[in-house]
Amino acid sequence: MDLLAVAWPYWHQFFFIIFATIAIGFGFGVLLSKNVVRMAFYLVLSLGSTAGLFFLAGAEFVGAMQLMIYVGGTLVLLIFGVMLTAQKDFINMDTHTQDWILATIVGGSLLMVLLFGAFGAEDWRTPQDINDAHVSATKEATPLGLALTGIRVDTLGESTDAVADGKSGYLMPFIIVSFHLLVVLIGAAYMARTKKLSHATDDKSSRAKLMLFKMEHEEEPLEEAKYVVTHKGKSALNPLDPNDEN
Amino acid sequence: MADFINNIFGIGDSWVGYLIAALIAAVLILHVVAVGALLFIWMERKISGRIQDRLGPTRVGGKYGWLQTLADGIKLIAKEDITPDLADRFLFKIAPYVGLAASYAAFIALPFADGVVAQHVNTAVFFVLAVLGLEVFSVILAGYSSGSKWSLFGAMREAAQVVSYEVPLGMCVVVPVMICGTMNLTTIGNMQAGLFTNWLVFNDPFTFLTAIIYFTCATAGVNRAPFDLAEAESELVAGFHTEYSGLRWSLFFMAEYSSMFVVSALASILFFGGSHGPIPVGQWIGETIGGTWGLSISRIIGVGNLLLKGLIGVTVMMWIRWSFPRLRIDQVMTMCLKYCVPLAALGFIGATTWQYLDLPTANSLVGNPRYEKHEMWTEGVGVTPAADAGPASGIPDPEPHSEDKTANTDSVTVKTLPVSVVKGGER
Repeated sequence: MDLLAVAWPYWHQFFFIIFATIAIGFGFGVLLSKNVVRMAFYLVLSLGSTAGLFFLAGAEFVGAMQLMIYVGGTLVLLIFGVMLTAQKDFINMDTHTQDWILATIVGGSLLMVLLFGAFGAEDWRTPQDINDAHVSATKEATPLGLALTGIRVDTLGESTDAVADGKSGYLMPFIIVSFHLLVVLIGAAYMARTKKLSHATDDKSSRAKLMLFKMEHEEEPLEEAKYVVTHKGKSALNPLDPNDEN
Repeated sequence: MADFINNIFGIGDSWVGYLIAALIAAVLILHVVAVGALLFIWMERKISGRIQDRLGPTRVGGKYGWLQTLADGIKLIAKEDITPDLADRFLFKIAPYVGLAASYAAFIALPFADGVVAQHVNTAVFFVLAVLGLEVFSVILAGYSSGSKWSLFGAMREAAQVVSYEVPLGMCVVVPVMICGTMNLTTIGNMQAGLFTNWLVFNDPFTFLTAIIYFTCATAGVNRAPFDLAEAESELVAGFHTEYSGLRWSLFFMAEYSSMFVVSALASILFFGGSHGPIPVGQWIGETIGGTWGLSISRIIGVGNLLLKGLIGVTVMMWIRWSFPRLRIDQVMTMCLKYCVPLAALGFIGATTWQYLDLPTANSLVGNPRYEKHEMWTEGVGVTPAADAGPASGIPDPEPHSEDKTANTDSVTVKTLPVSVVKGGER
C-alpha cells in the first residue's frame, strides 16, 4: 500500500526524467552518428522531448512553439539533408580531429556559461508544493499574445509619460521583426524565381514576347513530345516551371 | 477524473488514479483511431464503388461487406514483413510508427464535446497543428530509408507539398482564433452553441471562404487525392510506401485515415459549430433535465455530433478523391502559392475588417443572441473546467456586464479583441 500512496508530484519527476533522458540521449546520438539523415532524426527526437519538458512545466504555448518551429525547422533540415546528400559519398560524415577539438572548445565554453547560470540562480530549489501551484496556475498564453499586440497585462497600472496605461507592450519590435521576415520572404521568392523569360527576351516588351512565345507553342501539334522535352532533366520539385503555367 | 477514481478506491492522492485516468483516455482515443480506420477503409471501398457504378465489397460479413476491412487486416498481419537490402534498417522500421504516433497525439488536445477531452490544452489549435505537421516525418523517413528511387521521389514531393500547404492552413486557422479571441478549442466550440447561424462558417462571407480554403489545404496536408502526389500509383509505383508490406504498410494507412478525421474534426470545431448540432437539441435536453445528468446527456449528444461531423468531412474527402483526377506536382504548387495563399490572406483580412467594423453577422440578422444562453447554462452546473473558467477564460461578452467592467479594461481599446481576456490570468 505504500507503493500505491505515492502522491501526485512524483509524476512530474517521473516524466521529467523520461523526457530529459530521451533529450540527452538522442543529443549524444546526434553527436556520435555519422549519417546525416539519422542525425536529423535524432535531433527531432531530442527537440521533441524538450517540447515534452515544456508541456510538463505547463508552458503549453512554448511547447507547441518548440514542436512547430524547432522540430518543423529540423524537418526542413532533414529534407535538405536528403536532397543534397543522398549520394553514397556524402551521406556519411567523417569528423576530423581538428573539428572535434574546435567543437569541444566552443561547446564546452557554452556549457560552462550554462552551468554557471544554472548554479548561480539563488532560488533554484523551491518547495515542491509551491512549485506545483505555479505549474497549475500559469497555463494561459493570452497575456503573451496581448503583450505582442501592445498591451502588457502585468503592467496595466503603470504608465510613463510617453505611453498610456498598459500600452508598453512589444508591438514595435514585433512589427519590426514581422517586416524583416516579410522582406526576407519576398527576397527569397525573388531569388528563387525562374529567370528563363528574362534571358529569352532582352528588351522591354517581354510580356508581348511571352504572349508570342505561348501562341507559337500552342500551335504545336505534338503534345506528347513537348511534354517529354519540357520535363527532361528538370527537377520534379521545381514549382515555378514557366512552361507549366496553366 | 483521477481524483474521482482515487475516491472510489479510497487510496487518497495516489498514482493509481492518474494511471487509470490516463489509460481510459488513451484507450478511448485508440478506439477512435483504430475503429475509425476500420470504418473509413470500408467506407472508402463502398463510396469508390458507388461513384464508379459498382457495388464495392459485398461478401465479407453480411450484405454490405461490413467486415471487409477486418479481412484485409488479417491478410496484412499474415503477410511477410520485408526489409529491402538497401534500406536503412532502423529508420525503415521506425518510420510507420512516427506517423501513427503523430496523428494519435493530435487527438490528445481535440475536444469531442464541451469538456470531453483527454488533456485540456489552452493553445489546443496550435498544438494540434504542430503535432499534425510532424506526420510528414514518417513519409520522408520512409521514403529515404527504403533505398528506392520511387520512394524518395514520393517523399520529396510530400515534403514540398506539406511544407507549402502549412502556410495557407495556418492562415485559415487564425481566422476563428481571431474571431473567438482564444486558441482553446473547447471555448471556440462553445462559442458556436445555439442555432447553426452561430457557426463561424456563416459568420460572414470571408469566414465561409476561409472554411473552404481550410478544407482544401487540410486535404492537401493529409496527403489525400487530388493531392496524393506522394503515392501517385501511375508514376511512382506506390510512392513512399513502395517497399513496405504487411503490418507496417497498414500503419501508414491508419495514420492517414486518423489524420483525415483529425482535420475534419478540427474543421467542424473551428467553423461548423464543434459539438453543437445545427439545432441545439442536446442543449435543450440538457437544460430540461438539468444538473449533472443533463450535462452528461448533452455531452454524449455533443460527442455524437462531433463524430458525425468528422465523418461527414471524411466522406467529403473520399467523394473528392474519387471525383477529381490527380494534380501534377507543379499544379499542386501553383494551387497552393497562387490560389490558396492569396485567398487565405484575403479571407483573413476580410474577416478582420468585418469584425473591426462590427458588420452584421448571420447570427445578428436572425436575432439570436450569441453565447449568452450557453454561458448561463454552464455556469449553473459548474462542473466543466471550461465553465469554471467562466467568461474570464476568453469568452468575449458582446455586451459586458456592468459589474465585470473593471477600471483596467477601459485601457483596452483594440476593438476586435475580447475585453474580458485581460483578466485571463485568474483561474
